[in-house]
Amino acid sequence: MIRLKIRDHNDLFQGQEYVEQFERKKEFEKGPSDDEIRRVAEWTKSEEYKELNFKRQNIKINPAKACQPLGAVFCASGFEGTMPFVQGAQGCVAYFRSHLNRHFKEPFAAISTSMTEDAAVFGGLNNMLEGLENAYTLYKPKMIAVSTTCMAEVIGDDLNAYIKQARDKGIIPKDLPVPFAHTPSFVGSYITGYDNMLKGILSSITAGKKGEPNGPNKNKLNFIPGFDTYTGDYFELKRLMNMMGVKHTVLADVSNVFDSPNTGEYKLYPGGTPLSDAMDSINADAVVALQKYSTLKTMEYIGKEWNQKTAVLTPIGIKNTDRFFEEISKITGKPVPQEIEDERGRAVDAMIDSHPYVHGKRFALVGDPDMLMGLVSFLMEMGGIPVHIVCTMGDKKFEEDMNALLSESPFGVEAKVYVGKDMWHLRSLLFTEPVDLLIGNSYAKFLWRDTETPLVRIGFPLFDRHHLHRYPVIGYQGVINLVSSVVNTVLDEMDRKTINTTSFDVIR
Amino acid sequence: MRQIAVYGKGGIGKSTTTQNTVAGLSEAGYKCMIVGCDPKADATRLILHAKAQTTVMDLARERGTVEDLEVSEVLLTGFSGIRCAESGGPEPGVGCAGRGVITAINFLEENGAYDADTDFVFYDVLGDVVCGGFAMPMREGKAKEIYIVTSGEMMAMYAANNISRGILKYAHSGGVRLGGLICNSRKTDKEYELISELAKKLGTQLIHFVPRDNQVQRAELRRMTVIEYSPEHAQAEEYRVLAKKIADNRDLVIPTPITMDELEELLMDFGIMESEEAAA
Repeated sequence: MIRLKIRDHNDLFQGQEYVEQFERKKEFEKGPSDDEIRRVAEWTKSEEYKELNFKRQNIKINPAKACQPLGAVFCASGFEGTMPFVQGAQGCVAYFRSHLNRHFKEPFAAISTSMTEDAAVFGGLNNMLEGLENAYTLYKPKMIAVSTTCMAEVIGDDLNAYIKQARDKGIIPKDLPVPFAHTPSFVGSYITGYDNMLKGILSSITAGKKGEPNGPNKNKLNFIPGFDTYTGDYFELKRLMNMMGVKHTVLADVSNVFDSPNTGEYKLYPGGTPLSDAMDSINADAVVALQKYSTLKTMEYIGKEWNQKTAVLTPIGIKNTDRFFEEISKITGKPVPQEIEDERGRAVDAMIDSHPYVHGKRFALVGDPDMLMGLVSFLMEMGGIPVHIVCTMGDKKFEEDMNALLSESPFGVEAKVYVGKDMWHLRSLLFTEPVDLLIGNSYAKFLWRDTETPLVRIGFPLFDRHHLHRYPVIGYQGVINLVSSVVNTVLDEMDRKTINTTSFDVIR
Repeated sequence: MRQIAVYGKGGIGKSTTTQNTVAGLSEAGYKCMIVGCDPKADATRLILHAKAQTTVMDLARERGTVEDLEVSEVLLTGFSGIRCAESGGPEPGVGCAGRGVITAINFLEENGAYDADTDFVFYDVLGDVVCGGFAMPMREGKAKEIYIVTSGEMMAMYAANNISRGILKYAHSGGVRLGGLICNSRKTDKEYELISELAKKLGTQLIHFVPRDNQVQRAELRRMTVIEYSPEHAQAEEYRVLAKKIADNRDLVIPTPITMDELEELLMDFGIMESEEAAA
């Protein structure tokens, strides 16, 4: 065996050569002195700085947010044989791809139409036509789902007309489904893009598929997970519905796309909702969304156009999961089986076991609106006290919903909701009003570094820890996973803080 | 609900013609709405009797995002119950007015401004079809009917032809059709004949010839349509006739734009322009 000497990032930059280089760089740049840097760093922890920080208007620093087409390509990939196709510049699509594969550690394919300056002037029709031709010829998709970046939206590219032209010119077959969604990056966020794309796909592929009532899809449910980046949640949802004997279709089922078995063979289209099921989803009895804010337009469309019963149920935490099963049982007439009752019992047991360590702990949370609603509900069940709730993507409606949720529990009285604020705002809050625990995505590690608030990694993206997305956060199983991540972070911190004291105990 | 877009060269009288026509339709009992698609935001002043209305983009600029707007803030009701909205847009020389139009129309659509009992929606669109944004009213089956306001002046005719080319682009994919030319007379030579011939060449009709009359200016100075200011005046009747013709119009075509050479030939045939040989 040959042993290669690997100098990794950490060792490399500690070496004499680099240390000297950094010194010279500093000298060359004539930056402020170390004392001055320390002084300003201290000042950013003050109440005075916090006030200035919250007056900040024209810049966002580390927002918990990314743009619409990211959500659109994520959604598109959740359908069988579907190629996400973005009318726009290459760099944008490279970003979506790397963002997703850094989170899931899986390859991810998506197409850009490579719009450049001439396309900005003359319109992107030719890019669309050539892009569709190449995509269809090279990658043989069963469906091409088109979304857009800012550039195509600013110049006003008309996707509907372009796609029709591509069909008329015989570039793509007449019967190839090519749904589209306008997803300007400067409006909303990836949850909006997810919603727009899903509505685009469903309205396109179910056109003319409305069958007779009481057909083979009677008693079938549609589930829409929303912009949920926990592949474990998808497997969990299907497992639970199978246990209950509920026939179902998961719309935009990304589980096998972002968690595909390694067989040694690369598959361009590793999974997704079968197209036949997706086309038939219009004939199901009801639709249940597991997120609210990422499915607003889709749910409105399904309720109105398909005349299906709609329900929004986010099964995160005990109360929410109880409600989820009650409603599913009501809609389908099927009882909740004993096995699920047992799972509930185990989850409650786990909560009781860890309760002493979580009760009374104060939390800061930053993340997506639906995830925050679920987590806050769960934390209050454990006696945790949410204090700072930061939702960059949140709007007024979210603020109202969150405040209503907080008012349901005595543990909610301390909390303040910050919509449209970013992690630099949260940094100030963590200094002026410290908390015991912080919940957020990988970017929150900078807050952990600066404020030493222990971080529980929940959300998206999670780049710096592996496999977290494989563990469900929904259902009773999800409760156990959440309890485990929260309490073990508390215990890790306790060990760190008591090291070399008599309290450094083996039993916690 | 019929959605109609009015295009034409800048300064040709699109806004005046549109507002007077809509006043005529409204008088005849139709429920109407006007969406101004021009950063100048002057497409609704004769209906609202106000200098300028709060536009969608004005409020978006003030609040930082269009998501914080309520439709009631930008959709105002004026003469005879006509509802008016203005897209607004940037100051001259900066930003992207076309995107403003897209943003504004999306906002109105998503917030239920187009209710089911509206009979006519008129889009009053700036100048030629200059970018994707200004074609927004034609996209995805919104306005299916286009009218072009023109006159016997060469550049107005040139613009009308150019707009026809834009319509042709969208005709096969989006189903948009040309309803006709409206001649807003400038009293140029043989104007009626000339525009009738241009209409024929474009495969459409001269739907109405609106004579020039100072009554229009008198009414405009008082921020009113002629129909409101002087309902008995002959000019008011002209707009009523145009309104009725549009309401009854079934003659919707895919235009057949001509080349610049053909346009010049047309002017020569009418003796308005000298041929190069004759000039020499």
